Amino acid sequence: MNTTISTSPSNDSTWEGGNRPFRASYGKLMMWFFIVSDALTFSGFLAAYGFSRFKYIDYWPIADEVFTHVPFLHGQELPMIYVAFMTFILIMSSVTMVLAVDAGHEMKKNKVIWYMFFTILGGAIFVGSQAWEWATFIKGDYGAVQTKGGNILQFGEYKNVNGERVFKRVPVEDFTIAAASERIQHESKKGIWFSSESSLPEFSVGDIYKGLNSNPDILVRTQTINSGGEKTVLSREESLIQLKKNGKRYVKGANLEVNEYGVPLFADFFFFITGFHGFHVFSGVVINIIIFFNVIIGTYERRKDYEMVEKVGLYWHFVDLVWVFVFTFFYLV
Amino acid sequence: MAEHSHKLEIFRGLIKFKSNTQKIWGVLLLLSIVTAIEVVLGIYKPAILMTPSMSPFEGGFTATLLNILFSAFIYTKSLNLIFIVLTIIKAYYITWDFMHMRDETKSLRRVVVWTAVFLICYLIFILLQEGGYIESIYDNGFIKRDF
Repeated sequence: MNTTISTSPSNDSTWEGGNRPFRASYGKLMMWFFIVSDALTFSGFLAAYGFSRFKYIDYWPIADEVFTHVPFLHGQELPMIYVAFMTFILIMSSVTMVLAVDAGHEMKKNKVIWYMFFTILGGAIFVGSQAWEWATFIKGDYGAVQTKGGNILQFGEYKNVNGERVFKRVPVEDFTIAAASERIQHESKKGIWFSSESSLPEFSVGDIYKGLNSNPDILVRTQTINSGGEKTVLSREESLIQLKKNGKRYVKGANLEVNEYGVPLFADFFFFITGFHGFHVFSGVVINIIIFFNVIIGTYERRKDYEMVEKVGLYWHFVDLVWVFVFTFFYLV
Repeated sequence: MAEHSHKLEIFRGLIKFKSNTQKIWGVLLLLSIVTAIEVVLGIYKPAILMTPSMSPFEGGFTATLLNILFSAFIYTKSLNLIFIVLTIIKAYYITWDFMHMRDETKSLRRVVVWTAVFLICYLIFILLQEGGYIESIYDNGFIKRDF
């Protein structure tokens, strides 16, 4: 114990600095300080998410309809499954971390190495999964039309699934044929040299209207949530009128500006909160790797104290703790 | 290392583990069960749980006070309330057993938990209250956002 800086006061009397507040070492206490302040940061984000959600309580996207994808299972709607898997991976890596801490207390170097290795592996799988989740969300799947007021009109039709009449979304490209357009993307090399625009949408609202008009089964769904907790589906006439009168542009997928699933703020908060959390996981993995190599070269063996593993462990568990809340408020509630 | 002694019972002593390793696996089992319950409820969404469990009190000042007191049951869907409670349970076991809060001194526990819980509750109250107010303006006010 006496080889570490934090735990080697030469004088043990209280007024000479020999007393350790809360009987915790300096490093652990500072880690707790950091965790409390970081917890408040995350609470700020999640509370802001709650604010926006309360503000648009009747229009907010339904998470189960947004996050339905699982890698390698194309075209199947499996809400929750993949996030549940991610949650489990993170809890598992928390367990291997706490086992590493435990092995450290018993000074079993090889066990610490292996448990740290599995923790890092779990963290890497989690970050990878989150990247995949982002990519899927950005890509989108059905496409929608944004109205002049910034609302989203989605398309779909009623189908019989197991004897029940269910509204299923239909991809816009399935019923729309892009008409030849005069309009080409304005690039700085073609027009005025100091201005350009991003790529043009695949379809114009006029194309989509034609497509909708010639497919009598397809209806428009708005983002308003009705008393049954589902999004409102318009009648055929209303669908046509709504698209003609208010349709502004075709959108597919989600970014910071538009979101084919509904309120753009949903996408903004998703990117911001899961992004900030993912960054924490990433830094956790990096810190774990540093400590992992320190364990391998025997730094803590020589120090006769594995407290460093415990300190990064605290951080790692905190990341897991935050995910538990993100999981609840983004995917469940 | 005498100072690394662990408290090995959970559920207020109902379950006592033989070693710290065993306790870790026990807590993992508990967290997995809670997550599984959440996922199953999230997928099936039982119809009974999709509405709040109490209806608001009608009447004067007392009714208002009662509505505030029971707001979690009156204004939140039972399902969401269950999710929040289960989340807090998970958070408790992660902090207490994985982060070894159970083995720290009472004072450290209080400094960390009470500070965070107080400030977070305050933050949530303020922001959700304000969000609800703005929603009511959109819903009942003169200015509409749906064109």
